[in-house]
Amino acid sequence: MSTLVDGPVRGGRGQRVLFIATTVILCLWVLVPIYLLFVNAVSSSSDVTTFPKPRVPAIDLESLRFFMNYQGVARASWNSLVVACTTMVIAIGIGAPAGYALSRFDFRGKSAFRLLVLLTRAFPLPLLALPLAILYIRVGLDDTVLGIACVHALLAMPFAVLINFSLFSGIPVELEEAAWTLGCNRWQAFRKVVLPLVLPGLTASAIFAFVISWNEVFAAAVLTIEHRTLPAFLLQSLNSAPLHLKFAGGAMLVLPALFFIFAVRKYLFAMWGIANR
Amino acid sequence: MAEIRINRVAKQFGKTHALQAIDLTIADREFMVLLGASGCGKTTLLRIVAGLETATAGQVHIGDRRVDQLPPKARGIAMVFQNYAVFPHLTVYENIAFGLRMAKLADSEIDKRVNRTAALMHIDPLLKRYSGQLSGGQRQRVAVSRALAMEPDVILMDEPLSNLDALLRMEMRAELKSVLAESNTTTIYVTHDQVEAMSMADRIAIMDQGHIVQCDVPVEIYRNPAAHFVGSFIGNPPMNFLKASRVDTGQWRVAGATLSGPGSDKNALDFAIRPEDITVGEGPLQAEVRLLEPLGSHTLLACRVDNTAFRVIVDSDTSVSIGDTLSLNPMADRVRWFDPDTQLAVPS
Amino acid sequence: MLGSGRAFRRPLPGRVSSHETALGHVHTRAPDSDAMNSRSLPYLLIAPALLFLAVFFLYPFSLVAWQAFSTDEGRLTTEHFADMVGYWKFNDTLRNTLWLAAIVVPIQLVLSLLMATMVSKMQRGRDMVLYIWTIPLGISDLAAGLIWLAIFEQTGYLNSILHGLGLIEQPVAFLGYQSKLTLFVAIMLAEVWRATAIMLVILVAGIGLIPKEYNEAAEVFGAGPWQRFRRVTFPLLKPSLQTALILRVILAFEVFAVVIALSGTQFPVLMGAVYERQFVLRDTSVAAAYAMLILAISIAFTLLVLWWLRVPKEARI
Repeated sequence: MSTLVDGPVRGGRGQRVLFIATTVILCLWVLVPIYLLFVNAVSSSSDVTTFPKPRVPAIDLESLRFFMNYQGVARASWNSLVVACTTMVIAIGIGAPAGYALSRFDFRGKSAFRLLVLLTRAFPLPLLALPLAILYIRVGLDDTVLGIACVHALLAMPFAVLINFSLFSGIPVELEEAAWTLGCNRWQAFRKVVLPLVLPGLTASAIFAFVISWNEVFAAAVLTIEHRTLPAFLLQSLNSAPLHLKFAGGAMLVLPALFFIFAVRKYLFAMWGIANR
Repeated sequence: MAEIRINRVAKQFGKTHALQAIDLTIADREFMVLLGASGCGKTTLLRIVAGLETATAGQVHIGDRRVDQLPPKARGIAMVFQNYAVFPHLTVYENIAFGLRMAKLADSEIDKRVNRTAALMHIDPLLKRYSGQLSGGQRQRVAVSRALAMEPDVILMDEPLSNLDALLRMEMRAELKSVLAESNTTTIYVTHDQVEAMSMADRIAIMDQGHIVQCDVPVEIYRNPAAHFVGSFIGNPPMNFLKASRVDTGQWRVAGATLSGPGSDKNALDFAIRPEDITVGEGPLQAEVRLLEPLGSHTLLACRVDNTAFRVIVDSDTSVSIGDTLSLNPMADRVRWFDPDTQLAVPS
Repeated sequence: MLGSGRAFRRPLPGRVSSHETALGHVHTRAPDSDAMNSRSLPYLLIAPALLFLAVFFLYPFSLVAWQAFSTDEGRLTTEHFADMVGYWKFNDTLRNTLWLAAIVVPIQLVLSLLMATMVSKMQRGRDMVLYIWTIPLGISDLAAGLIWLAIFEQTGYLNSILHGLGLIEQPVAFLGYQSKLTLFVAIMLAEVWRATAIMLVILVAGIGLIPKEYNEAAEVFGAGPWQRFRRVTFPLLKPSLQTALILRVILAFEVFAVVIALSGTQFPVLMGAVYERQFVLRDTSVAAAYAMLILAISIAFTLLVLWWLRVPKEARI
């Protein structure tokens, strides 16, 4: 690793060693716990509960297999997937037009709208699951995929709006204007010029919405009974489930996150760069 | 026929008046340059003609059609943007073909036009490239080709050369001028660069604070500025101005000397003369030399006359040094006079 | 008119470099032509978002507020709050939450500042290191709790390591009822591990917005690394720090699943109390009162952060 990372050009040798060492330690600080979880997940149930642990973990997919066949796991995972996808669609469907409006127009109430969006970010949103639980019973959304997806979309929306705002702001207005002068109307110019250019970013913001939904525990636990999402299911079975099952479930939650963060890593920074203004 | 008529066009952004009742007619196939400092409204006016901005008041006609309510695509215009606006996700070929495809031309016709305009702008070897693989100058050429391929009645250019370096700018200036001259289009060209304006334009419209101050052929603008602003904006260095007070009818006191001038009954006028229209030696104006700028072909003297900055261009062989007092003789037929109240030229 | 440099760069800022500064000065030049029907277009575009926020944010918020302050008959009351405060676990719950935030947030602030500064100095491997450091961002609090459970639990790795070093004979119950301190430390570590990444991301983006010239200028005028940080980077980073701290502090008061995963109900926190009231005790009004309390604390700390890191508008980059 020390050959891959390098610190400031200037500064003495000692300083550089310190720099690289700190970097490596901080990387290990992040990676080792994840690694340990995965080792636990692929160890046999007896290994997980032995003390002291064997030096070299024996790989045994028994717990994972057991987890997959455990009552309700498959269903909860499927629910999580559906909820996350629905969240993605709602968040982007609503957030992208708003982001576009913020980046392209000066309109009355613009700053008020931006403030409202930022305000939701500064609010303990899962708490809203409480009144929504009652509200949902009234309108028949209780314990449904759509019901949770809406709450998750609320969580994801400020991010969706901000990422999209930043994405569209990165496309020079002139490109659209050029398209207009070359025979496009607003929609055609958007579809032929802006959309192809923002598509990667748009995908990233969709994935970000997916991750937010995939990880959310509180609202999902409050709003569902039968149609548990994976985190809600795990939370519910924390008391009853054996240890190795918890770890298998944890690994199941973490795995997609690794890929998703990798996929959206570039956009994380662009988003906050502009959000601070 | 693509004469452009701009009638009483005004534009307000909130409380600021970006344009105030502009009247301008551009003849068919004319090359009109809108020249002014940034913020003078020239780009706004161009964008109103393009349909990218809506005028608060007034009308725009292209040919015999009124276009100010039409979207850009219905106006028969093509535009070249300051930053070229070459679509980064399309090849050069597809960029040039973009508008033609929107107009649903046959593929063979598209191919013909793309190749012709690309050859015209010398970018035919680049047709398969993307904008990211092009230099600024090449992008500029793509943008121009794309506009020309539309075979529009009107081409609008918004500071198209301002992002190029000096050498390239000079080259493109000449090239653009000849290409546009052959293309039978009416051109409106916005720039803040007076050299560009002087060298390319059939006529120049000088703008200041939302007004057109003067619209005329380049030489006329240079020789006979219609207003104080034009004299102080055009020319590098610009005109020298001195306060003049009336001594008698047609006699004006300028920096201690008495000169003959307009028979105005005003008490005060501004005396103006270009730095190159002054000869050194035995003249009415006494100047103290403060700074020498030898420029090779000539030397620029920064002097003070009557406690006012005053520039003189002399031959580089002239031996002058800082602190010298020179006697200056303004060429009588090149002296101009301006009314300090209206800022307008006063005929002598 | 747009600056020439950035105009046609693809908007894919893989690294945070100075050109992103330009994103701040977003150019909004609306062609408000009737033909482009843009007078009403922005409103049409934000309408779905507004509607959604009204239905799923403003309305339920008013409901939860009303529920916290009213009786079943619709009278205004503070009895739910009295109920909440009177509960025997309340003091513990509040104290735990505040202590956790008070210890975790400063550690994260220092750590994320350190990491962000290191990232900005990194020559090689920057992207990879940044990716690794931001991984926890995608990991849910529940999963983070489980991850640290694998370490601290009785048959977990920590015990095995300590045994391997010959420090202990029998496994220690770090998360047991009797060992409050180690339980607290475990939760704290899990929180630091999980939620530093969000601050890091905001700060890295923030540092990217500060033109390098300022630091170079400070260096030319003789400022050392620490002085440069204190007198140039830190003041210019204040807006980002504000965002990062506000977000982080609010999340700290919402701590829930990490605690549940590591301790069950042995370490009561506010959000856990809401959950308990709602489900175990089926007492929605008191749950709403807790919600209001969390909101009040969040707002108080948001204002505190805003005040502490205030920057006059004219002095921003």
